[in-house]
Amino acid sequence: MAFGKSIGLKGLTYQGGGTMLAWLINRIAGLGILIFVGLHVLAGHMTQQGYASDLGIAINTVYEHWAFQLFVVFFVIFHTIHGLRVVVLDFWPQYLRYQRESLWLQWFIILPIYALTAFIMITTALGGG
Amino acid sequence: MRERTVPTPGISLDYLMWLFTRLSGIFMIVLGLLGFFYALYLGARTQIDLPTLLRWTFFPNPNHVVNYVADVELGWVNAGLQVLQMAVIFFGVTHGFNGLRMVLEDYFSAGFGQILLRGLIFTLWLVSFIVAIQVILAN
Repeated sequence: MAFGKSIGLKGLTYQGGGTMLAWLINRIAGLGILIFVGLHVLAGHMTQQGYASDLGIAINTVYEHWAFQLFVVFFVIFHTIHGLRVVVLDFWPQYLRYQRESLWLQWFIILPIYALTAFIMITTALGGG
Repeated sequence: MRERTVPTPGISLDYLMWLFTRLSGIFMIVLGLLGFFYALYLGARTQIDLPTLLRWTFFPNPNHVVNYVADVELGWVNAGLQVLQMAVIFFGVTHGFNGLRMVLEDYFSAGFGQILLRGLIFTLWLVSFIVAIQVILAN
């Protein structure tokens, strides 16, 4: 990264497969978390200090809505598990030969956790909880 | 296609931030688990609910969510936890803004623009860090 190389939109045609998809989701998730949590801390600050309380509460109302939280939960779970996989493969590069398998393992961990969480969130929200 | 400059191996900003991103990621998971288990320790007797547990995991602040939870305030009056939370903030904010820098520099990485970009991201990092510390201390 940041090697003074800019490829513009050519990256869109790169056939990277599953690992590239994971990299892309990880990137979007990371930026999403930065925006979500940044706005959330700012809203907390505004509410706490009393100036712009209405704006802070408005931001938090969106943040706490279950439809929004479905994205936040996915992003946080994905970014955490994917990050752990990247750390393991970066620090122990001899396991890079099992990269495909590690990606499958990653999805096998993420999907059940997310499916269960999303199921509870949606049923609670639709049940008026 | 213009020439690429490949950095020489050794200590550089990119190497240090590469290392920091990985280590801070592990630290944040460990700190999250600490908050999680501390919430269980404090709240198991009073049947802690899932939202409170998760609030503790990420940011144990009585003002964190609009509804008020007594257990959180009890545990929050504690210098050790405030230091712990500042560590979470430091790792989180630095990890996040360095990630933003890496993503942006994949697309814009030319001379003066890069200096401007890094200055802007550094300013955002500093402001976020100070505001978050203020949220921890001023409740």
